[in-house]
Amino acid sequence: MWLTSSSIGRKVVMSVSGSALVLFLTFHMLMNLVYVYDVAVDTPAGEHYYDKVCEFLGTNWYALIATAGLAFLVLVHLVFAFILTAQNYKARGKDRYAVSGQQPVHWAAKNMLVLGIIIILGMLLHLKDFWYNMMFAELADKEGQFAPTAGYDWISLVFACPVTVCIYAVWFCAIWYHLTHGIWSSMQTLGLNGKVWLDRWICISYVWATVVVLGFASVVVAAIVHNGGFTGC
Amino acid sequence: MGKESFLNVNLKVWRQRGPKEKGEFKTYRVEHVSTEMSFFEMMDTLNEQLINKHEEPIVFDHDCREGICGTCSLYINGRPHGIDNAITTCQLHMRKFTNECTITVEPWRSAGFPVIRDLMVDRSAFDKIQQAGGYTSINCGAAQDANAILISKVDADEAMDSASCIGCGACVAACKNGSAMLFVSAKVSQFALLPQGRVEAARRAKAMVAKMDELGFGNCTNTRACEMECPKSVKISNIARLNREFIKAKLAD
Repeated sequence: MWLTSSSIGRKVVMSVSGSALVLFLTFHMLMNLVYVYDVAVDTPAGEHYYDKVCEFLGTNWYALIATAGLAFLVLVHLVFAFILTAQNYKARGKDRYAVSGQQPVHWAAKNMLVLGIIIILGMLLHLKDFWYNMMFAELADKEGQFAPTAGYDWISLVFACPVTVCIYAVWFCAIWYHLTHGIWSSMQTLGLNGKVWLDRWICISYVWATVVVLGFASVVVAAIVHNGGFTGC
Repeated sequence: MGKESFLNVNLKVWRQRGPKEKGEFKTYRVEHVSTEMSFFEMMDTLNEQLINKHEEPIVFDHDCREGICGTCSLYINGRPHGIDNAITTCQLHMRKFTNECTITVEPWRSAGFPVIRDLMVDRSAFDKIQQAGGYTSINCGAAQDANAILISKVDADEAMDSASCIGCGACVAACKNGSAMLFVSAKVSQFALLPQGRVEAARRAKAMVAKMDELGFGNCTNTRACEMECPKSVKISNIARLNREFIKAKLAD
């Protein structure tokens, strides 16, 4: 199977899974903007549009299949990242350069695995904060502080804690760096690049990464505004 | 032409007696080095000093000393072919260094390029990759009329740019993954861009990538270090083309 046995095939797997995750992130960010809208127009309790989105996605079969698909994509992306890194480490040979790193290589390009690990750790915290209290709680019929579909209240609660906000800030930075290299790199790997498109894809990567991360950050800012500051962890 | 002046330089050179031997850095001093000297002429001076002292001279690859053969291969102060851009080591001159500076000289480091001795590495892996498909197997016969097969100027220029790869291995040396993708992509591109090469484009891409993987080169992660260090300025757009050719060929199987 060329997707696993060849170097380009393995990179194609990384690119396709990564691109799908970028699309998911974008969709997730757009969905979260509904929370920002709720805060901005101050929708009354019980009528939050964000809760309606959560209710709509809820635990129907489509959402469950999509969640399983996402988990699979993350797993594939992660496993292949470790396989590629191990192979690349071996390919460098036993001896290392005494003087190295003199090329102006983009920082993210050299540190994709480290950034990816930070993203995975942030994702685990995010799953604990939201998925566990929402989708899992609904599936397991678990009682929580708020109803599983009360996304508005969950967001407001989580970002009342300054420590959580700091951790999320680091997470967003890691996502930004990862995407600035990941998006154009995936297009390059899929062969959808050339002399003219290289600069365009890099520009698109920066714009896309910035829009996605600012979108997520706006949710945190909206929650802080809604809470009137940090109210405790 | 600037005024000739002279430098004293300290060299930290990797010495290794053989592929299986353990190597180490040794420090040497070369005095009264003309700024008009090439780096290799300075190395020749050092070797002359060593021979006069009945010591083993430093082994390093060199041939044309004109930047066209791709034989030279030194990693100088953290960069393949030294601190200048788009040149080979033989085109590097001592005027690029300062008096009393320390210059660290290492061999290419990659599993695909094992050290033979001192600064000389075995780059026969590139020959094997080339032999796997870097050619057209048609019988060309006599030279045809130049207008018999029309090729656009853009394609001809791009193919020529790709063909300018001299196979020195600086791309592998610069890559943190020891990847040979820039070399392979240049060799695939120079044919894929021309009608004569398109006939075997799919087979060529598959065979050359398979050989590259077999020889233990790493996976490309698009850091672009290769194109930054390529003495012939071969671009990573070639890698995108190789990826395209390879994916197309595999999907057609």
